[in-house]
Amino acid sequence: MAVTKMFGASVKRREDPRLLTGRGNFTDHIRLPGTLVMAIKRSPHAHARIVRIDTSKARAIPGVVAVYTGQDLVDKLAPVPCAWLIPDSDLKVPTYRAVTVDKVRYVGDAVAVVVAENRYAAQDAVEAIDVEYEPLPAVVDQEKALEAGAPQLYDEVPNNLAFHWKLHAGDFDAAWDAAEVRLSRRLVNHRLIPTAMEPRGALAAYNPGTGELTIWCTSQNPHVHRLLLSAVTGLPETRIRVIATDVGGGFGSKIPMYAGEMIAAAISKDLGRPIKWIETRQENYVATIHGRDHIQYVDIAAKRDGTITGVRVRAYANLGAYLSTAAPGVPTWLFGLMLQGPYAIPVVHCDVYGVLTNTTPTDAYRGAGRPEATYLLERMIDLLARELGMDPAEIRRKNFIPKDKFPYTTPTGLQYDSGDYEATLDRALELVDYRNLRQQQAELRQQGRYIGIGFSTYVEVCGLAPSQAAGAMGFQGGLWESATVRVHPTGKVTVFTGSNPHGQGEETTFAQLVADELGVPFEDVEIVHGDTEMVPFGMGTYGSRSTAVGGAALVHACRKVKEKAQRIAAHLLEVSPEDIVFENGRFFVKGAPDRAMTFQEVALQAYLAWKLPRDIEPGLEATHFFDPVNNTFPFGCHICVVEVDPETGKVNFLKYVAVDDVGNVINPMIVDGQVHGGIAQGLAQAVYEYAAYDETGQLLTASLMDYALPKASMLPSFTVDRTVTPTPVNPMGVKGAGETGTIASTPAVANAVIDALAPFGIDHIDMPLTPERIWRAIREHAR
Amino acid sequence: MYPSTFSYYRAGSVQEALKLLVENPDAKLLAGGHSLIPAMKLRLAAPSALIDISRIAELAGIRDAGDRIVIGAMTRYDDIQRSDLIRQVLPILPEAIDVIGDLQVRNMGTIGGSLAHADPAADLPAVVLALGAEIKAVGPNGERTIPVDQFFVDLFTTALQPNEILTEVAIPKPPARTGMSYQKFANPASGYAVVGVAAVVTLADNGTVSAVRVGVTGAGPYAVRRQNVEQALVGKEPTAEAIEAASQLASEGMTFNSDIFASEEYRAHLTRVFVKRALTQAVQRARG
Repeated sequence: MAVTKMFGASVKRREDPRLLTGRGNFTDHIRLPGTLVMAIKRSPHAHARIVRIDTSKARAIPGVVAVYTGQDLVDKLAPVPCAWLIPDSDLKVPTYRAVTVDKVRYVGDAVAVVVAENRYAAQDAVEAIDVEYEPLPAVVDQEKALEAGAPQLYDEVPNNLAFHWKLHAGDFDAAWDAAEVRLSRRLVNHRLIPTAMEPRGALAAYNPGTGELTIWCTSQNPHVHRLLLSAVTGLPETRIRVIATDVGGGFGSKIPMYAGEMIAAAISKDLGRPIKWIETRQENYVATIHGRDHIQYVDIAAKRDGTITGVRVRAYANLGAYLSTAAPGVPTWLFGLMLQGPYAIPVVHCDVYGVLTNTTPTDAYRGAGRPEATYLLERMIDLLARELGMDPAEIRRKNFIPKDKFPYTTPTGLQYDSGDYEATLDRALELVDYRNLRQQQAELRQQGRYIGIGFSTYVEVCGLAPSQAAGAMGFQGGLWESATVRVHPTGKVTVFTGSNPHGQGEETTFAQLVADELGVPFEDVEIVHGDTEMVPFGMGTYGSRSTAVGGAALVHACRKVKEKAQRIAAHLLEVSPEDIVFENGRFFVKGAPDRAMTFQEVALQAYLAWKLPRDIEPGLEATHFFDPVNNTFPFGCHICVVEVDPETGKVNFLKYVAVDDVGNVINPMIVDGQVHGGIAQGLAQAVYEYAAYDETGQLLTASLMDYALPKASMLPSFTVDRTVTPTPVNPMGVKGAGETGTIASTPAVANAVIDALAPFGIDHIDMPLTPERIWRAIREHAR
Repeated sequence: MYPSTFSYYRAGSVQEALKLLVENPDAKLLAGGHSLIPAMKLRLAAPSALIDISRIAELAGIRDAGDRIVIGAMTRYDDIQRSDLIRQVLPILPEAIDVIGDLQVRNMGTIGGSLAHADPAADLPAVVLALGAEIKAVGPNGERTIPVDQFFVDLFTTALQPNEILTEVAIPKPPARTGMSYQKFANPASGYAVVGVAAVVTLADNGTVSAVRVGVTGAGPYAVRRQNVEQALVGKEPTAEAIEAASQLASEGMTFNSDIFASEEYRAHLTRVFVKRALTQAVQRARG
């Protein structure tokens, strides 16, 4: 496409004035008369049988309208659905009741629900519900959960094993036997808590007069939630409207169908009154999904020159107490497919064991599977470099898929459409001034200062598609996206997108796309999303797919509109459509630029329809459902420089360079913002954030006083640059940019810390690299 | 985030507050509220009543009382931080306040509230210990002065009686050639001190240490002075070696907290490291 003025411009986000001045329209902002407040009584035990629930005291509290136990809701709600049924893995999906009936399986499991006239009465009532438990032994570690004699969560899931998924590409045993160098490690990719700024919530309003349910909720994918709500409540989709216009971040945690929203819908239907439920932060920490939590056993086969000839992984994924909506797909497809990374590794063997434990369910968290694969590869390639005495930059260069090999089919079956990995490495080395940096590092080591330089070269799969692949992977949905472009008689444009941006800025970037495509002012374009009554069925925003898939749908819809406008202009200007040129918002006759109509004039004529030929319908709008032929594969190189205080083990950040290739860039400022936020989250996994359970299943990091989200003062300044390798899979040549930072940064930081500690003989410490862990490692190696 | 029902009283004077305390024995005094209110919202605390003393005029303000500086209990962190007198005479106070919480906390929090609450990881307890402050309290039987060394007695527990109100903190003006430093290892999640060390060092004309006080917070159940460290330095030339040797004593005889972020052993180590760092900087500053 012709890159005109809006494409590539750092237009300020049009979302920001309303968000920054408190005029957003978040779920908790919606007020309906007669609303009752809902609160959930949650289990304090990780594993226990429910002996008896006494709600009499709670019911007696003034302002309390109703109390429901799990048994009360069994007939009103089907179980929480799981929607990624991975094939050939002996997958077992245990029953997941929104409010549990017989047993609690994690701290935070819902045991009863209160509705009251106000939140205070509701909370008092929650405390007044008396539940008698018979505590059972709990298991929180996925390896221990598989051991003989481990506590069993479900009768129908022997040994707590939900699935065993395999992806075996090539003959690993042969590669291992032939290897000149063999490396084996156990790596832990620990559990994280997504922590969206807005916790989850819902306002469910069932109208008994019409039989319609309107639900405002914190959703990344409102249509998917409508479909699932229909399935669990029994209401037809035509009677359910899901609205999620402003959503305060998700990072994947607002994809699943959760108990809270389902219960609010069922109770609103039961009582015929609006029900509002908003999580507290503590509730958010136990009842919204967690991410990652892998234990990986990795074998790498290589030659002495550094060429990797095979990788074998046996991973144990902690799925938590129930299977969340997309949980089975994250540690399998989204992980296993990426195990060759940007390297020409010919053999990949992957076995993943999905294990149920007495912990909060896990599901997709920014990066979802790809960070786990990237960390594994990047840590192992550093270990290999150390083993062979090679420079970490050069061993990566040696293994890169060369740029003349694209499109490249990976052993795992993906087709990398395009790439130039070396270019990002070279640019990053230049930006960080690598040669001098290594020299400085050596000098400072002489003075007892420990500087470390860490690399991460990555490729990731995003812009998740196509639908055919989704089906083959057992994903219970398509991976296309929709857009409707409606031109009004004045030439102003409303776009209805099936994407549901919740922080990614597509209200701005999509308007930029439309302004260019239709030659209309940016201000004349309105983007509507997040309301199932207004927009055509859409798949939503996740997997860095909104711009690559939703944006492409939008461009295709614009082109349909343009084509019709061109036919109308041709008719009115009395030439054939082929003789019409469209430029800068004007249709004119080839060779006679004065014989012209503006886009707005054509729009008006389309609606007046006074002079339209019989074969052109009045009106000017088009809908397009775009199902791309492939995913997109952004890639890049991140380099982190740290200094470790050997006395305390504290990591201080000196430099951070990120060179990413996300293809063409519509709004550089927004992409920079996505990269910055992503780096912050990934860096935090390496050194700050971790969800910790004690052996009895209590979450020890259940508040922001204990869970270390990074503050600005805890982060370095980021140097961000890009190379541009457009993808052929969509008309704009754009790739996903939402997850690259998170995927790339964790290993870059971890590798930097380990590099800093090299003089102590340390070659690995499992994350999180907290000061005490580093201090202990130094002390142990000093002995 | 939704506290239990409670009554709220706003006291206009210390006498009125004392009277309300007698009438409501289960009440809590409300100062800046940045510790108490979150605890109530989480239902970790459920007092039947709050007596708001934060607006009592006689409890706020900073004055020069000759050989001492007197800070009213309800003086906000931000006011202490901005006081020219404090910045000149007791620069360790703004240095420590600078690493307390965030702007909102510093705008609301008070010195008296922090000391009376005695959070084991709060910053100011270490500072007032190092400064040798005196704590004044008033109760139904009148006023009394508590030396700071006797003030912190256990986890969230001070020498104050339940019916007493902390009214002011009196801090002796330090002699010439005094240097002070607060060094903190903050928990990355909460910002509270994993270990915080305040050191105040006075040098004699010959460069030896004539007086030194060291206060440690965060490490144990309550803030403590480290007399053993102090004694090892008094009369000595504060060389790096002397400081290092004295700091090694810092963890002796102490009880240490343990949590997921820092074990007892690590806290003991950090205590030695941060005592060393605080002493080193205080000595440097004393030398001018």
